[in-house]
Amino acid sequence: MSSLLKVENLWKAFYNRWVLRNISFEIKPSDILGIIGPNGAGKSTLLYILLGIISPTKGKISYFGRDFYTNRSAILEKVGFASHYVGLPYSLTVEENLRVFARLYRVKDIDKTIDNLLETFKLKDKRKVLTRTLSSGEMMRLNLIRATLPQPKILLLDEPTAGLDPEFIQHVRIVLKEKAEKEALSIILTSHQLGELERIINKVLLLDRGEIKGYGSLKEVFQLFKVDNLEDLYFKVFKD
Amino acid sequence: MLSPIRVYGILLRHFYLLKHSFSRWMDLIYWPTIDLLLWGFITLYLQRDSLNSLNFTSLFLGALILWNILVRAQQGLAVGFLEDIWARNLLHLFISPLTLIEYLLGLLIYSLFKALAASLIMSLLSVMIFDFNFLSQGLFIFHLTFALILFAWSVGLLTMAFILYFGQEAEILAWALALFFLPFSAVFYPLSALPSIFQKVASFVPTSYIFESFRHLLLQGKLYHHYLIKGYLLVGFYLITSSSLFVLAFRIAKRDGKLIKIGE
Repeated sequence: MSSLLKVENLWKAFYNRWVLRNISFEIKPSDILGIIGPNGAGKSTLLYILLGIISPTKGKISYFGRDFYTNRSAILEKVGFASHYVGLPYSLTVEENLRVFARLYRVKDIDKTIDNLLETFKLKDKRKVLTRTLSSGEMMRLNLIRATLPQPKILLLDEPTAGLDPEFIQHVRIVLKEKAEKEALSIILTSHQLGELERIINKVLLLDRGEIKGYGSLKEVFQLFKVDNLEDLYFKVFKD
Repeated sequence: MLSPIRVYGILLRHFYLLKHSFSRWMDLIYWPTIDLLLWGFITLYLQRDSLNSLNFTSLFLGALILWNILVRAQQGLAVGFLEDIWARNLLHLFISPLTLIEYLLGLLIYSLFKALAASLIMSLLSVMIFDFNFLSQGLFIFHLTFALILFAWSVGLLTMAFILYFGQEAEILAWALALFFLPFSAVFYPLSALPSIFQKVASFVPTSYIFESFRHLLLQGKLYHHYLIKGYLLVGFYLITSSSLFVLAFRIAKRDGKLIKIGE
């Protein structure tokens, strides 16, 4: 099966300090990769490099078999992103924000797509309200709608369930798993909620101070570190 | 390839912002109106006691409208960029397929709208209250206005480059940088009124040629083409330099991760 995303020997330094060292991994259709590591491990930096908003110091990234930097726009039309840490502009309504981003991603049937996603993420009643009035959970749902607006092939999520109530965490998990299975959507996500993460991912990348400590299918990595759950894996890898 | 839909997306974002904001509407209408009324009445008063037959009010109001076009176009660009910084929207924009050129085009069109809106309001008021028709010089005025808008964009791009490089501390430049050129632009007085050292500086400022052309146009009814050509050449130089600096600042911002953090 061909790679949707291939990262080869990626390095990143900020002001002469290495924050990512020699990162290589790949994503295939329906892969759900969890990037795990303590604060400052380089997880968010890695996501932002994969989105092209931070440039790497060296290394190669290719999506769908094409070089990212020479095909940026075409590639990003099929890559979605949502983060708990960054909300959409507050002074626009929910619908206006989505309409703007629908244009940026050249979404075909804007009205229908927005309707469906507002329904899926249970935000239909907030359609006309200003984004500043949303709760943090609702803002995260709006971010998820914005991320899935272009019907991406790869979804990058930074702490996607932070701020959501347990019922909605479960809902998001079901929606994402369903999309991964039915639409061959691949997902890369970071989260500190290890229990929740374990329920959704099938691959894991362990990152510590910018270096990969382990990478592979969840089963392989569990066998390698002789553990049977993500929490034990975390403490075994990052406590030492 | 450049996508007009994405350019429209940027334009739409700023029109939605305008739609919800009374203060932004005020900024669009209030200041040009106050400027015109205030300076219009002052010049009427000065002309009343003057023995000079020169149409002082027309010269002054015309220059005022042209200067406002420059300021509105420059601020439309720089403040439009700041709006995205304040909303922490640069991250969302530049992880989308939007290219830098498309983003800038969206902002440029929006700034053009703001400049045209301000000039339209001022032109109408100057006809109604001061019996001065800014557009009576026809196509010549278009040449001058176009050169001013290009210069305004170059100042706007320079401001944006400073903001990207130095962070939000530099945001004051969005309002201040155009004013730096005001004394050397000979907006309300002829170049010959400046001290010689200031005249030397003014010879490197494109707006000095544009406003000098405007005075000739109004007083003699013809355009001094060599002034206009010099003005356009200098505008071209400023535009290329500021665009290059902005692209460089943008690359540095991507290298240093500033696009994520700016606005925090």
